[in-house]
Amino acid sequence: MKFELSKAGTFLIVRIGGELDHHYCDIIRNRIDPELMEPPIRNIVFDLTGLTFMDSSGIGMLMGRLRIVQAIGGNACLICENKNVLRILEMSGVMRLFNRCKDIADAVRGA
Amino acid sequence: MMKEINRMCMEFPAKSCNEGFARSVVAAFAAQIDPRFDELSDLRTAVSEGVTNAIVHAYNGIQGEQNMVKLECVLYKNTIEITITDFGKGIEDVMQAREPLYTTAPEMERSGMGFTIMETFTDDLFVESKPGAGTKVFLRKVFTVNA
Repeated sequence: MKFELSKAGTFLIVRIGGELDHHYCDIIRNRIDPELMEPPIRNIVFDLTGLTFMDSSGIGMLMGRLRIVQAIGGNACLICENKNVLRILEMSGVMRLFNRCKDIADAVRGA
Repeated sequence: MMKEINRMCMEFPAKSCNEGFARSVVAAFAAQIDPRFDELSDLRTAVSEGVTNAIVHAYNGIQGEQNMVKLECVLYKNTIEITITDFGKGIEDVMQAREPLYTTAPEMERSGMGFTIMETFTDDLFVESKPGAGTKVFLRKVFTVNA
């Protein structure tokens, strides 16, 4: 699993690559949540471009972060191309709850 | 009766770092019959769900060396059968556990989609469980290869 955090204005940008399962979700959650408490951050972008595998643990992690940004009046965006990952996201309804973006520029522009 | 080509069995402690290990082992084992890439991906996902269930739920999240998960695979010409066994607390109501979005651990952000994904990504799913007597999950995946 590859994981990278950065910030752009009110956006927390989370890049996740490789394989995302329950083991790595726990690690990622602990890194993201403190950052979401730091103003002016209120929006989150998940860039899953490099993700090759995700199971239902990823759904739980994404939904949890969505709830946090909604509670602080922000939005959540998702960038994803991988067919297998998209299938899980669509099946669980996650895709309908996130704004789907082409790339990070697109996500940040839509704010 | 299908002719058995190969079989394997392994046991590992219920630690989350073994989730990736387990699905990789199954994928490598199944590679012998040269399955299609997307079908192999489905299998990896299903195994990941089953093993994660055992690790998260069976032993109340206690990751000790004494809490083991057993993984057995039997390979046929175009089919793999996988049994994931834990020796933990068992499931009281299997029907309910299999319902989409049902979870006993919302505070751990479990989505309740594990069994639904296993069911969707395989051809057969059987669950055998009794409170206090562990859980056995049986998965069968038929590949469209080597017709």
